[in-house]
Amino acid sequence: MKKQDSIGKRIGMGILYAVLVIMAIIQIYPLIWVFELSLKTNQEVFGMSPFALPKDPQWGNYLKAWTTGGINKYFMNSVWYTVVAVLLTLILGSFVTFALTRMEWKLKGFVLALFMAAYMIPLHSTLIPLFNIFKHIHLIDNPLSIIISYTTFNLPITIMILLGFYQALPREIEEAAVIDGCSVHRIFFRITLPMTSPVLVTTAIINMIYNWNEFVFVNTFISSEKWKTITVGVNNFVGQYLTDWGAIGATLVISILPVLIVYLFLSDRIIEGLAAGSVKG
Amino acid sequence: MRNVMSNKFVIALYVLPALFLVLVLIYIPIVLTGYYGLMDWDGVGKMKFIGLENYIDLIHDPYFWASTWHSILLALFSVFSLLGYLLISLVLASKIKGANLFRKIYLIPMLLSSVAIAQLWSKVFDPNNGMINSILSALGFENLPLWLADPNIALYAIFIPIVWQYAGFYIIIIYAALINVPDELIEAAKIDGANTLHIAFRIKVPLISGVLKVLVILAVVGSLKYFDLIYVMTGGGPNHASEVIASYMYTEAFGKYNFGYGSAIGFGLLIISMTATWLIQKMLHTKVD
Repeated sequence: MKKQDSIGKRIGMGILYAVLVIMAIIQIYPLIWVFELSLKTNQEVFGMSPFALPKDPQWGNYLKAWTTGGINKYFMNSVWYTVVAVLLTLILGSFVTFALTRMEWKLKGFVLALFMAAYMIPLHSTLIPLFNIFKHIHLIDNPLSIIISYTTFNLPITIMILLGFYQALPREIEEAAVIDGCSVHRIFFRITLPMTSPVLVTTAIINMIYNWNEFVFVNTFISSEKWKTITVGVNNFVGQYLTDWGAIGATLVISILPVLIVYLFLSDRIIEGLAAGSVKG
Repeated sequence: MRNVMSNKFVIALYVLPALFLVLVLIYIPIVLTGYYGLMDWDGVGKMKFIGLENYIDLIHDPYFWASTWHSILLALFSVFSLLGYLLISLVLASKIKGANLFRKIYLIPMLLSSVAIAQLWSKVFDPNNGMINSILSALGFENLPLWLADPNIALYAIFIPIVWQYAGFYIIIIYAALINVPDELIEAAKIDGANTLHIAFRIKVPLISGVLKVLVILAVVGSLKYFDLIYVMTGGGPNHASEVIASYMYTEAFGKYNFGYGSAIGFGLLIISMTATWLIQKMLHTKVD
């Protein structure tokens, strides 16, 4: 009886593992496939099975995408929009969270509700008026429109993640600082902000992933090639060079790589942040 | 303490910049969307007030209702797939070896842009050289589907990359909730003779029902405003077969320059999303805080 049980259990576990492994393959194989694609010639793509490995890796596809495809320019735009917007979101989000959790004022419940409710509003419903507002203040086809949109629309989730962390901070240090005659700014910049650095890193990465991948704002507000980001650039590039599958593969790999590298090193932080942000939402 | 930490000037200084941005870029536009919906406007010229005409047209517009139906189908499909994610999370959280690695791998698609996913899956679905039809033809199938080009299939074909993209996200959240279930409860149940299935569905699942309710809301609201991937993969086509509310709005406004009508659709999207959130909260007796 006992032995049968354990055999049954083993078979059961075997099936479970098989399911988990198959799912892992499904989740990751399309990425490997696109990497293989990026190293193929058109003859290989069209003449052979899509599962065949590239015979003679065409690293030149990357050079083609990077320079003639203009991906280098899009890439750099993405980098600096992302960095500036992440910094702005973190500092503004930290200010608000500090005031909401550490300071005493009447309207804080209402203000918190405003930030939280903004998370549930579909951004597409704001798109036409936003376009019109930016047009009136001459920010259409201007990177500023992108940076302030990224900052604003990431504030709710940023505050949500920071909130739980701030609430758990001990008050004794602040109280001691107040007694010593510290100003609020000093407490915020010298004590609270440094104490929150672990959660700031998590929040920064999550913001970075959102901004790096953002599509609709850039596609709507930016028309010049010189201001486009990699996400929109990839889309245009694929539209223009529909036939060169190798170069398309290379472009996709370049656009994916930065996020994958960050994930490789900081996956626990990212997972933690996503879980914290969404469950509170 | 009280004086320092309730300094009105400092509070304003800390709160107002962010509040200003959220009011001007999120709340004011929401009101304006409803207002622009009352206009005949091409986005460039003068707005002309036409009353409720756009909204009345919207109610009689079969494409609007078709795209709403597609969004609802996607929402139902997403909620249904939560069951699958729950099962996988239950297995992963039962302290099996490698659980951490599995959930890290599952999350990878979520990190990619919808554009990259759309381009990647367009290649996978390609009728001639794509991965899927190559497998099918190797297995001996003939008359292979055209996938994204077939109006009867396009919408359902798009559901596959959407599930692929979000699976890991839902799994890590359910997993995180499950591993926080106190061990003592499970030990006590075991002593009382409960088997694995009992523990899973009578103890663990009810204990994380709060998280599951939030995920239902996230899945529904996320589905209703779904846009990027569909816009890039099919543009809502062929012949509106994969159109969703947001893609219909975008094409009307930024493709056809019907900014007044596009705004009416955008307002419709807002009403539908808010109603759905409210309904689910009522149905599940939960409160999002």
